[in-house]
Amino acid sequence: MGKLSDAIYEVHYMDTIAGIDSPIHRVHPLVKLIVTVAYIWFTVSFNKYDVTGLITMVVYPVALFSLSGISFGHSIKKLRVILPFVILMGILNPFFNREPLFLLYGITITEGMVSGLTLLIKGILTVLGGYLLISTTRIEAICYALNLLRVPEILVTQILLTYRYITVLLSEANHIFEAYSLRAPSQKGIHYKVWGSLIGQLLFRSIDRATGLYDAMVLRGYNGNFRHSQLPKARWQDSAYLLVWMAAFAVLRYTSLTALIGSLFVR
Amino acid sequence: MSHHHIICSNVSFSYDKSFEILHEISFTAGHDDAIGLIGANGVGKSTLLRILVGLEMEFTGEVSIGEIKVTKKTLPRVREKIGYVFQDSENQLFMPTVYEDIAFAPRNYGLDSDQVEERVRHALDLIDIDYLKNKQPYKMSGGEKKLAAIATILAMTPDVILMDEPTIALDPRNRRRLINILNNLDHIKIIASHDLDMVLETCNRVILMSEGKIIADGETREILTNRELLEANGLELPFCLQGETGVSYKPSVPHTHIHL
Repeated sequence: MGKLSDAIYEVHYMDTIAGIDSPIHRVHPLVKLIVTVAYIWFTVSFNKYDVTGLITMVVYPVALFSLSGISFGHSIKKLRVILPFVILMGILNPFFNREPLFLLYGITITEGMVSGLTLLIKGILTVLGGYLLISTTRIEAICYALNLLRVPEILVTQILLTYRYITVLLSEANHIFEAYSLRAPSQKGIHYKVWGSLIGQLLFRSIDRATGLYDAMVLRGYNGNFRHSQLPKARWQDSAYLLVWMAAFAVLRYTSLTALIGSLFVR
Repeated sequence: MSHHHIICSNVSFSYDKSFEILHEISFTAGHDDAIGLIGANGVGKSTLLRILVGLEMEFTGEVSIGEIKVTKKTLPRVREKIGYVFQDSENQLFMPTVYEDIAFAPRNYGLDSDQVEERVRHALDLIDIDYLKNKQPYKMSGGEKKLAAIATILAMTPDVILMDEPTIALDPRNRRRLINILNNLDHIKIIASHDLDMVLETCNRVILMSEGKIIADGETREILTNRELLEANGLELPFCLQGETGVSYKPSVPHTHIHL
């Protein structure tokens, strides 16, 4: 069950890179969260035929990758997982919308092709934006930021505990599957007839774990209100970071930067 | 004012009426007590601990902690006085880092950030695990998790510490470290364990249970050197006493090979 242990490793890896020190890691989590949400909003708000404008939004991930020291190669590898879903969303566009838009070296480019491409780029950029947030901010800091934004307490607690226990659940599943495969060495994968009981086992273990966890929480004074750690207040650098990116996103979104640059060369 | 801090009077408990897990359990514990709760598997040791801390409330009889009777209404006050260390530390460490876990209880009790910081620092110092404070639980060994779990309850400054099998799955070095820590903690302790050598080193009193009842309650050495009593209740002499003069150990079942 290499995939389960890979998944556990991946969670550990994300935690490790979120804990390193860099100018981006030091930015206040609330500021990073707002900037990320703004980036996603500006990115998806581009017109579905505005490929050139959309491409300028790549500035944000490029800047963050270079300033934070997060591995670009590793992030791209992670993108492989979601890429099929993004492609699936845009793949039918060329078939549904066949209105010609322009000719490129004798090939008719249709509206469907362009809108499919923008969908693909939007998908990649927004996922990269989210990935950069979680790889430069620890989960407790993100939860603290969500708390400041008055996101319902129960939701924030769910996020925090899910993140903490995802590795425990994965290793429980790993143990079950390893125990199975050691006693069924000639089988590839798991026979469908035992899926039910294995999933049932996992469910019962999860319920057991959840009960123990809740007991531990109430014994230490938990009464439904999760009190998060207090992080230092935002510094002037954090405000500057916020203002610079907001201004940059607005410029990239509402001015045709590519046309402006192009006009400098073609007179 | 009573000098007994824990009073357990005629406590019986069952999930199912046909099978009683605890039957008429009565004992008291005072400020100098470090009690080893021993007995074979399934005799109700963990259930008794869970009743003391209010995790099982459907019992009959009376339990008082520090003169507060344990009822649903008094649970928050009772739980402030008791620190319960779970058998599985994974349940106890639910926050992303050890620091956050230790700070969890003080924050819930409404302490300000300076007081929380002080409590966390004090708990880390007591267990001597300052180096673990920013570590994530899943990156820690079983021994480190156990020490961190103890620190989480010390930050509550409890009067009573309850532990369920604290030495389970610990290597000899971590077990020794835990024994030293337990001996340095000036709290009322009730430790449920099968590790009778650890009980011998950390407890001044032992309660032996069998089939949901208290069979013996007395001075540690007196009970743990009584081979007949221990063997009659599914236990053996502590390893360190096997072979000692006066408590010579003879296994009741000779070593044999099993042919399947």
